[in-house]
Amino acid sequence: MELTYTEEQQAFRAEVRAWLEAHVPKAPLEHYDATRAGFEAHREWETTLKSGDWGMVTWPREYGGRGLDLIQWLIFEEEYYRAKAPGRVNQNGIFLLGPTLMEFGTHEQKSRFLPPMASGEEIWAQAWSEPMAGSDLAGVRSTAVLDGDEYVLNGHKIWSSRAAFADWAFGLFRAPGTERHQGMSLIFFPLDAPGVTRNPIRKINGHVGFAEIFLEDVRVPAFNRLGDEGQGWHICMATAGFERGLMLRSPARYQVAAAELAKLWEARKDGCDPALEGEVIRAFMNAEAYALSIYRTASMLMGGAKIGPEASTNKIFWSEMDIHLHRTALAILGTEAELITEPGAHDWIDDYIFSLSGPIYAGSNEIQRNIISERMLGLPRR
Amino acid sequence: MMDFTLNEEQLMFAETARQLFADMSGPDQWLEQMESGAARIEARWNAIAENGLGLLLLPEASGGMGLGELDFALIAEQAGYAALPDPLVESAGVAAPLLAAIDPEHPLLADPSVSIAIQHPQNPLVADADVAGGIILHRDGEAWLAAPDQVTLTPRESIDPFRRLFAVAWDTASATRLGQADWDLALDRGALFSAAQGLGLAQRAVDMAVDYAKDRQQFGKPIGTYQAVKHHLATAQVAIEFARPVVQAAAAELAHGDVQSRARVSHAKLVALEAADNAARISIQVHGAMGYSWEVDVHLFLKRALALTNSWGTPYFHRQRVAQRIFTQPTGPDQTFAREIEHA
Ligand SMILES: Cc1cc2nc3c(=O)[nH]c(=O)nc-3n(C[C@H](O)[C@H](O)[C@H](O)COP(=O)(O)OP(=O)(O)OC[C@H]3O[C@@H](n4cnc5c(N)ncnc54)[C@H](O)[C@@H]3O)c2cc1C
Repeated sequence: MELTYTEEQQAFRAEVRAWLEAHVPKAPLEHYDATRAGFEAHREWETTLKSGDWGMVTWPREYGGRGLDLIQWLIFEEEYYRAKAPGRVNQNGIFLLGPTLMEFGTHEQKSRFLPPMASGEEIWAQAWSEPMAGSDLAGVRSTAVLDGDEYVLNGHKIWSSRAAFADWAFGLFRAPGTERHQGMSLIFFPLDAPGVTRNPIRKINGHVGFAEIFLEDVRVPAFNRLGDEGQGWHICMATAGFERGLMLRSPARYQVAAAELAKLWEARKDGCDPALEGEVIRAFMNAEAYALSIYRTASMLMGGAKIGPEASTNKIFWSEMDIHLHRTALAILGTEAELITEPGAHDWIDDYIFSLSGPIYAGSNEIQRNIISERMLGLPRR
Repeated sequence: MMDFTLNEEQLMFAETARQLFADMSGPDQWLEQMESGAARIEARWNAIAENGLGLLLLPEASGGMGLGELDFALIAEQAGYAALPDPLVESAGVAAPLLAAIDPEHPLLADPSVSIAIQHPQNPLVADADVAGGIILHRDGEAWLAAPDQVTLTPRESIDPFRRLFAVAWDTASATRLGQADWDLALDRGALFSAAQGLGLAQRAVDMAVDYAKDRQQFGKPIGTYQAVKHHLATAQVAIEFARPVVQAAAAELAHGDVQSRARVSHAKLVALEAADNAARISIQVHGAMGYSWEVDVHLFLKRALALTNSWGTPYFHRQRVAQRIFTQPTGPDQTFAREIEHA
């Protein structure tokens, strides 16, 4: 174990920092979930990022990346959050589908889908959940029927983040007549294909954060299926591993918030409940612990290890720490907590409202606790 | 190079310790020792000495292996897992290295089966002082050394049946002056190795509850099938998973002796012992009345966690040290492994 950066890593940090300082928009962009304009402004930012080759640094160059390792990815993320660069509108593509494509895709599929993903030309939504298949994802009813070299897709997806504005979706479908974990396939479809209807759904923060998607005889080439027919469940579980275990939530995000919280405390502590200092300290420690744990995971993956059920502990930890951190901020803000944030100020209230979704999405925390107890601790299923 | 993994040698030492403690510090030995009231089980203490577990942190000039805090923290974690009654952790992790730093060839260091006790300003009582070959004493920043029979030891009974605590009354006439000592380093080591023991205590409490929950049947099926039970244990495990990297990083960085390394040790101490206390209480709950009985050994883990929570710096003391780091040094995502900047 050695916890110091090499000179090369330090030089890399300096390079990222300099580029971001020169390119990050000075005024914050409108939120990508708020309006089409906000969404497109974020797409434009992705194009700028790509012009510096920063789209997805861990991917091989031939697929639009930089061929860097996971420690460099962490350094990039640290600098990205430090620079308060715009949120990644294509996060479901680059952090979830991307690594999955890398593992299960053919060379042709990777060449077709990864470069425009890295550049923001094609922005992706995840279309797994259905009205009757939330936590119980194996209850998916939407179907895919092979007709020649095309799939015909039918069904109803819901809660698909950014699907109201996105270009493509990766959906979970089943062959008619199959049940539960058998017969499922992961298939990509354009969100503007004939037969696709999207209805925006407003989130509790007022944004059009998700959409429900109706599919009626939507035809896509069989080329759009990732992995083998019937392998869908297995692939989805791998995606969920990336999502929970490493990529979805960078430690840097919480470290920035914890540092902001410390500043907020110092500015406002006079007249505040002194016990809140303990919560500020707790928030800092949580963010540090998460960062150390991710450095450990990254080192182990670089040494050839695979992500296992312990990924579920991450998801619980970051989602609970996020809520705690923001509740602490609101307690410090006191009577101002409820006020809509003025432009340019740190948006504690909106980030707090968002934090409340953490224990629900990416597999609810109850489901994660089931996974930990059954697959890590070995308790009986029933 | 940034590398957060353990090496083969570290894993091997930890495995040696795990095996030895599993064989010699389990329910039978706990019972035997509680019933006899003996200070130690000689065979076990000799086996620990023979396996060289006490030599890891001792410098080579003193006949030790000259390894680092991380190596020894892995042993301390195993000691926690076995609720080890012997004074290995404080003696070999704190006292002997402190003595070696002052006098590498001190005769007390020559025999690994001789334990050394240590007084510290943060700990009003001294653990295992009666069985020690020597007691390191603190006065006005200086270290002194005395044999147990050169001081007055007043036993103070702990709720932990294996903690042997003593108030020590002494005067300089009957002790040997060692000179200036690094009490801050001693505190960091004491706190770090308490944290490492906390990880072991926590994991054992969870493991015992998991075993029990698979076995114990109510309403016609194992209680481990009930989600309320499962979720308690999952929550305990999450706390362990996010304490471990902190303990390991604290160990790897301890030698820096700066604001950041001290804060990391304090962070480790806080969260590892919270994880242990929480796991022990959950374990008792999962065991039902059985967990509340002396029959089942979960209480040993609860009590050790409670004791270690307040030794080598109380939670309040350690929170202050983390606050020091937050409010006097830069924070943020690029500062995770940063070192101290003066007048930041
Ligand atoms: C902000 C946000 C973004 C999302 N983005 C996407 C997306 O992009 N794509 C997508 O496909 N989906 C998305 N989702 C949907 C998300 O994956 C589901 O909400 C989640 O899987 C839970 O399903 P559900 O909402 O149907 O709740 P349900 O499954 O109905 O669960 C309701 C409650 O019951 C509990 N529960 C259910 N089953 C069990 C059980 N076996 N044991 C214990 N408790 C149980 C749950 O934990 C929860 O508390 C998003 C959700 C949110 C909130």
